[in-house]
Amino acid sequence: MNPSTPNGWRCTLKILVFVKVTPDTAATVKVDEAGNVTWGDAPLVLNPWDEYAVEAALQTKEAHGGSVTVVSMGDESALEAIRRALAMGCNDAIRIEDPALAEDDSLSTAKVLKAVVEKIGDVDMVFFGRQAIDGDTGLTPPQTARLLGWPYIGLVAAFREIDPDGGQFTAERTIEEGRQVLSSRLPAVVSVAKDFGEPRYPSFMGIRKAARAKVPVWSLADLGLEAPAVKVRLPELQNPPKREVVCEFIEGDTPEEIAEKLADKILAEKVL
Amino acid sequence: MDFALTQEHKMVVDMVRKFAAEAVPIIREYDRKHEPAPLLPRMAELGILGVGIPVKYGGQGLDYISLGLVCEELEYADSTLRVVMAVHMGLCAQTIFHWGTEEQKQQYLVPLAQGEKIGCGAFTEPGHGSDFAHIQMSARREGDYYILNGEKMWISLATLADYAIVTARTNPEAEKPHRGLSTFIVDLHSPGIKRGDIKGKLGVRAGSTGWIAFQDVKVPVENRLGEEGEGFKITMSAFDRGRYTVASGAVGLIRAALDASVRYARERETFGVPIGRHQLIKQKIARMARDYEMGRLLYLEAGWQMNQGLRATRTTSMAKWFATEAAFQAANDAVQIHGAYGFSDEYDVERFFRNARGSIIYEGSSEIHTLIQADYALGYRRDKPLRVELPPYDPEAWQEEL
Repeated sequence: MNPSTPNGWRCTLKILVFVKVTPDTAATVKVDEAGNVTWGDAPLVLNPWDEYAVEAALQTKEAHGGSVTVVSMGDESALEAIRRALAMGCNDAIRIEDPALAEDDSLSTAKVLKAVVEKIGDVDMVFFGRQAIDGDTGLTPPQTARLLGWPYIGLVAAFREIDPDGGQFTAERTIEEGRQVLSSRLPAVVSVAKDFGEPRYPSFMGIRKAARAKVPVWSLADLGLEAPAVKVRLPELQNPPKREVVCEFIEGDTPEEIAEKLADKILAEKVL
Repeated sequence: MDFALTQEHKMVVDMVRKFAAEAVPIIREYDRKHEPAPLLPRMAELGILGVGIPVKYGGQGLDYISLGLVCEELEYADSTLRVVMAVHMGLCAQTIFHWGTEEQKQQYLVPLAQGEKIGCGAFTEPGHGSDFAHIQMSARREGDYYILNGEKMWISLATLADYAIVTARTNPEAEKPHRGLSTFIVDLHSPGIKRGDIKGKLGVRAGSTGWIAFQDVKVPVENRLGEEGEGFKITMSAFDRGRYTVASGAVGLIRAALDASVRYARERETFGVPIGRHQLIKQKIARMARDYEMGRLLYLEAGWQMNQGLRATRTTSMAKWFATEAAFQAANDAVQIHGAYGFSDEYDVERFFRNARGSIIYEGSSEIHTLIQADYALGYRRDKPLRVELPPYDPEAWQEEL
């Protein structure tokens, strides 16, 4: 933990939550004729998975004291995500923008986020959503942890204990079989699963503050970074092939007869 | 001139839209059961019951335009949600904010704006609605109290509210009947008050609409709003606030009818094409789109006027008259577009249609607004300054923390 008082350890947490702006879940995303991904005029929103991360970060702050800073990388459209997080209760925000970041991949993003964590300094916990609904890689959280050399616990569904003084925490993570309980040291990076609980609504007071917030913008130069190399390239994007759906009504005199015909069809089509 | 909403407005809309969408399944269930939906605690928790009141009086410090936007979003889901804002905020909380003394604001407005208490406006009587100057309920002065006797009817939130703004006759001898009225803040838990919900309503079935009977109800003199004899003016100004919420809400209902109709018209096919390709369906949808924009411009202008400290009576009346009639037309057309399906509660447009009918009657019937607008145009009516004007919106003062 971070020494910041003359006689020992801080018992409050300095928390960062990294968020991304994504097209609304209701948007129709497709590849246009020029080969670019487009979602028409659908609004941009705070990545829905990141809402859980913001909720988890805020709950952690409320339980242990401290502050939550929301950080997002992107042009001014990222302010949609940042303002939403501020309205939910984050204390302050930073936006990362640089022309050299026009192209990125999860690793280059992780390198930038690592630099952000180090520039802010004395950070205890970094929260991510499990993945972004647009890229859907889920790679940036573990990559950021690896670059920082910090432990990483993914898909956190609950915290059993966070001990800022002892520099440890115990979390439950969601796995297919149920819950896995892990303990780790702080500082650490976590990604948050939906099981953590429903994200709160922004409060009106939060909205008022978020609407007026001046969000500082950091460039790569501010972070002391060269543009990180982008290793993943997307040479071509295609719309998924259209699926032909045929609807057939199975008829019969009794439910048993209909069920039998349905079972035969399922077996014939090798569905089962 | 700037038509853009502020960042704050947009975020308020997003937040309330999310709440309203989550409320819809509950509304459907209670509308069918004909029982008030238990949504007030959640509205209070989210701060919705304090929109339109400064922070120092327990509110959210959001302006009059925000209140209109909130009402539009609420009535997009269901009229009962907006009705809460019409009576709790428009008729009750904002009337105390407008006319109340500092003591009255601290005692009554703060818990109302915080959502700890629920308010309503009790003005209409079984025999008097549009003809408000001739209401019969009496308030007889006895020492430090007024004794209230009479009955109020068609009162939204009648059985759920803690406080009511009540106008009664204090001077039966007044030369002009409207000068004999006074307005009071009444604690509805007082002895002598009985109340109940009205059954068999055409619309707003997921909300409380009822009656309140007063028998020798003692109301302290310090609960009188404004001066004795000022009740008619106070009531009319309360109606301005209520009408503003009804107008903005009706615009939300138009949008709901439009969205439902567009969705259905794209899906449903007749004669080999989606029905949206038929000209007579287009006509109905075009009218909804037109009326939505016009209604919205009208209520936003009224909201802007109130923000500026300008009298909004004329605009508010126009907005209410136009938007509620347009909402009924839109809901009716939406039912028609849905065909037989629109006639059942399988689709929401049936509920929109029933809900839209009431607002042409309450908060000034269309006939009253027609007369008001004609009189403004003919020069027979003009707004005189009030003894106390509605406070304009001042961001710094309204958002000053306690």
